[in-house]
Amino acid sequence: MKIPNSCRDISGLLLAREDRSLSVGERLAVRVHILTCRACQRFEKQTLLLRGALRQWREHQQRDD
Amino acid sequence: MTPESQPAIDPSALGRQIEALRPTLLRLARLQLRNPAWAEDAVSETVLAVLQGASSFRGGAQFKTWVVGILKHKVLDQLRQRAREPAAPEPADAGADELDARVYKQDGHFRELPDRWADPCNELQREQFFAVLEACLEHLPNRQGRVFLMREWLEIDSAAICQELGIAPTNLWIQLHRARLRLRECLQSNWFGAHAR
Repeated sequence: MKIPNSCRDISGLLLAREDRSLSVGERLAVRVHILTCRACQRFEKQTLLLRGALRQWREHQQRDD
Repeated sequence: MTPESQPAIDPSALGRQIEALRPTLLRLARLQLRNPAWAEDAVSETVLAVLQGASSFRGGAQFKTWVVGILKHKVLDQLRQRAREPAAPEPADAGADELDARVYKQDGHFRELPDRWADPCNELQREQFFAVLEACLEHLPNRQGRVFLMREWLEIDSAAICQELGIAPTNLWIQLHRARLRLRECLQSNWFGAHAR
């Protein structure tokens, strides 16, 4: 099995974890890569911010104005 | 009638309240279903259910929360019903390779360092951001938009979406991956990038 190590692989896993559980190997690959990759550190922050924004949007749809 | 047993909605105001909510209900249903006729059906079913159930609404939740909750069930009913019908062919996602090439170099590393994003949900900007977010969601290809909103608006887990739509998990994950990448790119262009300048 190919070990994920490019930014494409790692950012793909960062997106995938919104929809499925990552395996231990995948989680380890993400953490090791992110230690030294500024681009993927930024990408991870973007995914977390977007997760929060989508949650707030969802809640906003149900609140009385 | 004791005060405890009185309905939380004034029957004379009910029609007005539903009418005021209708544009929001229609917008949400269209966003999820990607088909104006299906969305109209889901909203009509919702209004019917609200009228039939209004006497049982006790006001523990906000009226809008209650109605949108009903809409979500009706939208899911539509998705189930349409999943059983022979699907009209949808165009293949022709832009997927171009999207990948815009984000990554051939060696798999990012073409550009991703921007620092500021929290878009502060009090002053929230409404504007949500409008841009919805515009970006509308621009997703139909199939991607449908599954993405099943995850993020209807809050259905991946296994249940596969079951509802009769698709394989790998197919779903590809659709969701592309939707998330497109949404990120659209928000970068129309919100985060625009606000950084």
